[in-house]
Amino acid sequence: MSLYAKTIRELNDKLKQKEISAVEIVEAALRRIDAVETRIGAFRTVTSDSALAQAKAVDAKIGRGEPISPLAGIPGAIKDNICTFGVPTTCGSKILAQFVPPYNATVMDRLAAKDAVIIGKTNMDEFAMGSSTENSAFGTTRNPWHTAYVPGGSSGGSAAAVAAGEAIWALGSDTGGSIRQPAAYCGVVGLKPTYGRVSRYGLVAYASSLDQIGPITRDVTDCALVLNAIAGYDPQDSTSVKADAPDFTAALAAGVKGLKVGIPREYFSPGLSDNVRAAAQDAIKRLTAQGAEIIEVSMPHTEYALSAYYLIATAEASSNLARYDGVGYGHRGSGNDIIAMYKKTRTEGFGEEVRRRIMLGTYALSSGYYDAYYLKALKVRTLVKRDFDRAFEQVDVLLTPTTPTQAFRVGEKVNDPLAMYLEDVLTVPINLAGIPAISVPCGLADGMPVGVQFIGKPLDEATILRAAYALEQSGEWQNRIAPAGEV
Amino acid sequence: MKITRKDVEHVALLSRLEMGEAESEKFTGQLNAILDYVEVLNKVDTTGIEPTAHVLPLKNIMRPDETRPSLPRDLALANAPEQEDGYFKVPKIMEG
Repeated sequence: MSLYAKTIRELNDKLKQKEISAVEIVEAALRRIDAVETRIGAFRTVTSDSALAQAKAVDAKIGRGEPISPLAGIPGAIKDNICTFGVPTTCGSKILAQFVPPYNATVMDRLAAKDAVIIGKTNMDEFAMGSSTENSAFGTTRNPWHTAYVPGGSSGGSAAAVAAGEAIWALGSDTGGSIRQPAAYCGVVGLKPTYGRVSRYGLVAYASSLDQIGPITRDVTDCALVLNAIAGYDPQDSTSVKADAPDFTAALAAGVKGLKVGIPREYFSPGLSDNVRAAAQDAIKRLTAQGAEIIEVSMPHTEYALSAYYLIATAEASSNLARYDGVGYGHRGSGNDIIAMYKKTRTEGFGEEVRRRIMLGTYALSSGYYDAYYLKALKVRTLVKRDFDRAFEQVDVLLTPTTPTQAFRVGEKVNDPLAMYLEDVLTVPINLAGIPAISVPCGLADGMPVGVQFIGKPLDEATILRAAYALEQSGEWQNRIAPAGEV
Repeated sequence: MKITRKDVEHVALLSRLEMGEAESEKFTGQLNAILDYVEVLNKVDTTGIEPTAHVLPLKNIMRPDETRPSLPRDLALANAPEQEDGYFKVPKIMEG
């Protein structure tokens, strides 16, 4: 098996045994990128030279007999809305096409401290607004399991890169499902941490009360390893949680015997596809066989979460994206006075979905509509959160499908914004409540991946990782590489 | 129709976006479809329910008022579309 197809843990073992070098790993990933990238389009920027230089430094460390971290020398890909000092960060938008950050996001400094190798920046829906990566100003990323299908979004480039073997691991961001939905569509593991668990400093803001950075990996162990590297309090982010991050790998193999797994009936609506329903039922069966206790629960406000989410997220976005004014950085359109310049800049720079969401958010916040839309949505958010609080009085984790259907075809929903929004119906309630959730692969159905989602209590990533690990180990799906269009 | 073409054009101005005729027509239809969908929220009784703007019980995070290194001027200006003499340059703001 080629090096690009191995997990972080496997590669770290081989590095420590001196069976391979970090440079060999990076070269294997770069060759894989050369072989498949024209068909997949996962990357915006490939940083070959700096990746090789980082790998050489790790090899030198190993040569000197120094200990190395689990991520040392292992190439990962970073979503293009996470600021990387000196490396373009476009957010999939024309307005930031030329933007080169003058600083690093906190997660980038943390990864560098662990000697992780960064192999490139990945494509995404513009400003993380979308569920298919079709909203990128720089072209659509394709699903490595079948290139006529979308990889999901908005972190579609990160999920596709990991599934196709172009990177061993990746970072995405998740505002309403943008890590978990593409992970499910591409057959990889994706985790959205508790709000505040991972610093947002240097993450380009979409909806600040919902955004979180998280790992996308080939298996659950790797997910815990990446989370270990990026989690923890950061004084640079005023919404960072002052809680110690445990070693997330510690309890992975503790099993699910006696674990109370809640099945919220509202997540199993008639809208689910047969394949998705079957995958979730199979997961329930496998957890039961391992001694988990399955408990049906009800979360009556689930059906309102999507509406509340789209009002809150767009309201926050309309405010966050006001900063793109053509003055300090980014594209500038020409205009004789300042208002004309602003309008030209933003109309030329933003794509259609971004403009639509800015409009919706501005409307929801505008005089006369604020109470009816924005305030109402915030009150419903309270009720959605209470549903989770109540469920977690009875159970340790919740198990649901990640998405109502599997990946759809490129172009299928691009002209129907509402149909696209409905893709997020099973993931947005988690962001509203600020709690952690992980999507874990549950096999292929009709040739395409299906995922299920474990949802946990605040700051209890360890338990959803443990449940996901038990499910992964009981199935056949472990670290599968997608064909990436190869016949 | 909840939102009219005129509303869309007003919101576009508030958002500092240009809005051509064809697009304002299209956005009016699409925004109405979305607003019709979110209408479902009116079925929820929220009497006496506090809004949640943020899930964490955090406010007014303070730090000591001490000088720290900040972004050097050349880096701060490096991405500017237009600059002059160490300043960001913008079109005329004041009349006359």
